[in-house]
Amino acid sequence: MIAQLAVEIPYWGQSLLRVVGGLVAVLLPAGTIVYLFLFKMMSFMQSRLGPMEAGPFGSMQLFAEVGKWLQKEDIVPENADARIYKIAPIIVLVSTFLLVVVIPFGPDAWFTNFSAGVFYALAIGSVSVIGILVAGWSSANKYSLLGGLRAAGQLIAYELPMVLAVVGVVIQAGSMNLQDIVMAQNTGEIFGWSGIGFPFVLTQFVGFLIFMIAVQAELTQAPFDMPIAESELVSGYMTEYSGFRFLMFFIGEFATAGVFALIASVLFLGGWGIPFSWFGWETIDQVDNWMNIAGPLIMFTKMMVLTGIIMWVRFSYPRFREDQLQRFAWKVLIPLSLANIAVTAIVKVVV
Amino acid sequence: MSALLASEVNVAQNVGFYIIAALMVYGALRVVSTRNVVHAALWLVVVLGGVAAQYILAAAEFVAVSQVMVYIGAVMVLFLFGIMLTRATIGAESDLNNRGWGIGIPVAALLLAVMVWAIIDEFGSSIIEEPAQPMPTTALSDVFLREGLVPFLALSFVLLAAAIGAIVLARKD
Repeated sequence: MIAQLAVEIPYWGQSLLRVVGGLVAVLLPAGTIVYLFLFKMMSFMQSRLGPMEAGPFGSMQLFAEVGKWLQKEDIVPENADARIYKIAPIIVLVSTFLLVVVIPFGPDAWFTNFSAGVFYALAIGSVSVIGILVAGWSSANKYSLLGGLRAAGQLIAYELPMVLAVVGVVIQAGSMNLQDIVMAQNTGEIFGWSGIGFPFVLTQFVGFLIFMIAVQAELTQAPFDMPIAESELVSGYMTEYSGFRFLMFFIGEFATAGVFALIASVLFLGGWGIPFSWFGWETIDQVDNWMNIAGPLIMFTKMMVLTGIIMWVRFSYPRFREDQLQRFAWKVLIPLSLANIAVTAIVKVVV
Repeated sequence: MSALLASEVNVAQNVGFYIIAALMVYGALRVVSTRNVVHAALWLVVVLGGVAAQYILAAAEFVAVSQVMVYIGAVMVLFLFGIMLTRATIGAESDLNNRGWGIGIPVAALLLAVMVWAIIDEFGSSIIEEPAQPMPTTALSDVFLREGLVPFLALSFVLLAAAIGAIVLARKD
């Protein structure tokens, strides 16, 4: 991206640009999701207006909320393990920021072009569990501990189908690099017709479904919200947190929803690309520069659609019971995703 | 053996190596010296994260990511999960050391000696060529699905046996 601007930017400038870009890529989706879906869509589905006072249609509500949280006192319970208690939300938020690093937003608009990109995303996604577990433990609160344990049990169970669902895409694309996966989808043809490229959702529909269900569970959104079940556990592992540290968990939750939706759109919906045949491009080097501007917008649109589905499900379904939740992961999703891998591999070898 | 010149080695990489290594050694000491089981587990996370960072310094991306996924994302989470299910006390505990802890020191020293000897014996003063780019994952899989296929399958069977063994032990009926 930098080379095309025809200006020489020093290394520190590039690094600064990347940091700012990363902040935008994490915080902008998070803010949009919270306002559009959590405030407005949920209110619409429950026949109420939602926030209306701050700004036109309550659009400044989020800034008011952030201001409120920043003013609140940072309370640490007396019996808590103070140091760990303070580190835990940082672990969760940092793992979200590390996730966004591998996602490509355009032919040259990426933070890092990592050859094991998908694998990296899945690995970093599993680190946040540690933050949640120690948050529950260090709060010195039985509700928190129970919430942390439930969260860990759930995240371990649903990480497996998520990884296995991605394997199908990796087999089909022949690469773990996210940029190559985008390329494979946009240069692909369906029986010689390249009008819409070849988004993997067509052949990996089972994988896509499993991935989205697993994302729902990883984000602990209803119907998978056992860990923060407010009618049983107050607020699970976040019970004792207030002010800025609660804000970190809150941003982490919705930013991770956005980032996982971005990853899903890269893996299954063609990512930043549009079918290359429309403009006669054949390789990634021929892609025009304006895609570096259009790409992020395309990604953002796809992300909004996917997070819209995630939130729609969240507002529509009642909570799973703990045993149903575990049984669903181990006895339905994992065998299904293994079968998906087997079929994909056989088809890949035969065709 | 002549002294190494700065032009022959990647200085930045070496500095990074020693910083991370120092952190890892400190973390490892804290694992065994801290008075709280959860703290010990978290220091172990620091050590294992340091291993992943060293792999990245050695341009072994895939191994580094595997390290994070398997050790931090799975093993340590299960560790913490198990600790919190059984004994989750906050603050210092007095009965963490068992009587055999002294044996650990000579065992650790012996292990260190064997590994140092093996590495010096194999590489000595030779400088390993810096790879032009990180090893692609496909090249890695080519190695362990061709030459390394038999040990790879054998390891898979060991893991499968362990998994089945765990199920058999845990099942009550």
